[in-house]
Amino acid sequence: MYDVAIIGAGVSGTLIARELSRYELKTIILEKDNDVSNGTTKANSAIIHSGYDAAFGTNKGKFNALGNPMFDKLCNELDVPFKRIGSLVIAFSDEEMETIKELYDNGQKLGIPNLEVIDGEKVSEMEPNLSEEIVGALYAPTAGIVNPWELAIASAENAMENGVELKINAEVIDISKVEGGYKISTSDGDIEAKYIVNCAGVYADKIHNMVSAPTFKITPRKGQYYLLDKSAGNTVNSVIFQCPTKMGKGVLITPTVHGNLLVGPDSEDIENKEDVETTSDRMSFVRQSAEKSCKKIPYREVITSFAGLRAEPTGGDFIIEESKEAKGFVNVAGIKSPGLSASPAIAEYVVEILKGIAGKLNKKDDFNPIRRKVIRFEELSNEEKAELIKKDPRYGRIICRCENITEGEIVDIIHRKAGATTVDGVKRRTRPGMGRCQGGFCGPRVMEIIARELGIDISEVVKSEKNSKIITGKTKDNSVYNEVNEQVVTVNE
Amino acid sequence: MLKYDIVVIGGGPAGLAAAVEAKKNGADNILVIERDRELGGILQQCIHNGFGLHEFKEELTGPEYAERFIDQLKEQGIEYKLDTMVIDISKDKVVSAINTVDGFVNIQARAIILAMGCRERTRGAVNVAGTRPAGVFSAGTAQRFINMEGYMVGKKVVIIGSGDIGLIMARRLTLEGAKVLAVTARSPYAGGLTRNVVQCLEDYNIPLLLSHNIVKIVGKDRVEGVYIAKLDSKKRPIPGTEEFYECDTVLFSIGLIPENELSVKAGIQIDRNTSGPIVNESMETSIDGVFACGNVVHVHDLVDFVTEESRKAGKSAAKYVKNELKKDGPVITNKAGNGISYIVPHKIGVENLEGKIDLLMRVRNVYKDVKMVVKADGVTMKEIKKKHLLPAEMEIIKIDSDLLSGKEITELSVSIEEV
Repeated sequence: MYDVAIIGAGVSGTLIARELSRYELKTIILEKDNDVSNGTTKANSAIIHSGYDAAFGTNKGKFNALGNPMFDKLCNELDVPFKRIGSLVIAFSDEEMETIKELYDNGQKLGIPNLEVIDGEKVSEMEPNLSEEIVGALYAPTAGIVNPWELAIASAENAMENGVELKINAEVIDISKVEGGYKISTSDGDIEAKYIVNCAGVYADKIHNMVSAPTFKITPRKGQYYLLDKSAGNTVNSVIFQCPTKMGKGVLITPTVHGNLLVGPDSEDIENKEDVETTSDRMSFVRQSAEKSCKKIPYREVITSFAGLRAEPTGGDFIIEESKEAKGFVNVAGIKSPGLSASPAIAEYVVEILKGIAGKLNKKDDFNPIRRKVIRFEELSNEEKAELIKKDPRYGRIICRCENITEGEIVDIIHRKAGATTVDGVKRRTRPGMGRCQGGFCGPRVMEIIARELGIDISEVVKSEKNSKIITGKTKDNSVYNEVNEQVVTVNE
Repeated sequence: MLKYDIVVIGGGPAGLAAAVEAKKNGADNILVIERDRELGGILQQCIHNGFGLHEFKEELTGPEYAERFIDQLKEQGIEYKLDTMVIDISKDKVVSAINTVDGFVNIQARAIILAMGCRERTRGAVNVAGTRPAGVFSAGTAQRFINMEGYMVGKKVVIIGSGDIGLIMARRLTLEGAKVLAVTARSPYAGGLTRNVVQCLEDYNIPLLLSHNIVKIVGKDRVEGVYIAKLDSKKRPIPGTEEFYECDTVLFSIGLIPENELSVKAGIQIDRNTSGPIVNESMETSIDGVFACGNVVHVHDLVDFVTEESRKAGKSAAKYVKNELKKDGPVITNKAGNGISYIVPHKIGVENLEGKIDLLMRVRNVYKDVKMVVKADGVTMKEIKKKHLLPAEMEIIKIDSDLLSGKEITELSVSIEEV
């Protein structure tokens, strides 16, 4: 029997797994998809909010304020790129400036450091590409940007290095009470665990209802985004929010941690928990809304668009507590924005909850918080590049020419714990296919490397899920051609 | 540091022709750098025929066409490196490249020829709604899978965009046993050459849906189908005209973009219309001694034209290293007038002209019974009557050097006028 089973390998589940791996516990993560970080974590605004927004007295406010300062150490330990670039909430009228002041006051109550209300002139100094009609803004220097899926992947890897098990393609179908814990039936066999942590994202209500009468509902709230080429990445220098109004929160414009530009999201409550389709009307809406903040977004540099689902809970606040009906079953549900920003603090809190339930948890002596460094070839100096290729010639072969990703980097991330097994998995971990050609050139080469390293046939390589094969078969059998060709060569000699 | 007179970046048709021509014109110490595993570039995956009608007066396949130049390159003993990626070019013409054998190398060049070609526009760039399943390919990637790797990419296919690669792939997939349900074109005319529409679609009864476009991709893991709608005169989908095509694969053939990341990094000026470097009569870019040719400058219809343009670049680079390229003479600026989207070259240094200069250009729309008018500082120099003009087909106007030399012309414009 496992001590803890975590359901869901998003950023909540993987960070909780890593926190638990500090203790003498047998922990497993169950993930329904073919890779970690495949749900909400892979498609959101990728922002570490400073924390002034969520109301004082809520879980959202509390954990955002606690989570934000944890990112420097966390990302350093896990070798995940993170930049504190600050954020602006921009206002276009005196009325909106009132809201800005309210946000400032809320931030003061929550203890958010260094907030500043600035005037339009200062805004245009900081962000010369924004609208000239801006009258002022709330400046929050502690806001940051990170790649959420890289964070989740890195936490999963580090957790596994410290003994946590991961089971992918294991969808939880049923949970029943057994002596001393629970039996969890999955699409890939049954396991037993004393405690369960429910981090199932938009499915958290469904999982919770397996052990309890319904107490909350999770509504998927879809948001759609544009991602622009790196050449557009310096359109803005910080995260640009619009002032929340009765009409909604508006869309944001931000550089990503890898230097692209992200524009979005809209907000739409939907029924289907798998619906990540983009739609043309919503995409136009995003564009129109962003126009208000900045008229200089170069949409001809768009490289892709995508949609993600936020897990919107009834009540609107994070649900982080032991189920009233099911002892030892802890919900981490409704982790919508600012969930990413709050996630490290939530993870620590969940450990406290489990300590409360279990009585005491014993720390391990040999926990290693440091993830082995990832080599990012493009970022090395010329001397370092030369040295590296000498040591391992696979770093001398560029596979992704848009992002200058080498074969060495791809091989490395395939063989790490929680490593990549799919084309999208490679893309999310080390970026080939993330650039402007969107995998047009490197796709076949990446498939070749995956097949070789995993010892499978190239026709078995998938894009993401188990049924997403890329190749549908061989072209006409050309073995005869090869034979004939050999004969011709022999005759000519 | 390694030293070469000329470093050619790219071993496709442009780079090969430029290198061979530079050698023929007296440059000695030449290196061609190719990122792929073989020379020849995209020609190696273009196994259909139709190449070389202008250049060799016969129809060759892509690999055959490439081979003729590869043979010449080898005969002339020009050095080349395969599987080698140039990662940087400095203003003083130091080329940094890496491969698995030499590691990281810096190469000092006296002249550089950029011949990196182009890449395909993707589904993401045109922002098609729907899901992101497996089975969505750009046409060229599918072509590589089928023709070079030996794998099929699908069984029931819809091809979006009627550029030449899309048309060729419609036939190729059909010959490999796949069913091509339709090829769409946003315009009321096909994007590719007429001969390809006839030989690749009509001969195989593949429907060409003019003024249609994809509006949505359906399918969770693998493509399950696409919605295609009719477009109005402004190329917007007409609500209610969406039709569902059940398929497992979508190919996008929606245009090519010159690949100029290296050029931009080096600080070379780029023309927004071509997305390629601004070049002069010698195919020299805004950086002294850096030349460019082929699809990295502007996307060509025929490899034969790439070859011709690249010879010019090769010859100019050879002149440059021999200090024979003239610098300070009078310069004419070419201006794309009414109906013309761009003209290459952008500038003409009159003193370097030999015999004639070719002005390569594309028109913005379909025109019937018009004339192309060349004016020198507003005065008509040449008129060419045209029955048909298509954006898909590059137009070439030849101008005699005598008309330009010693005439103190500052601007040459081409525009389309009614007859």
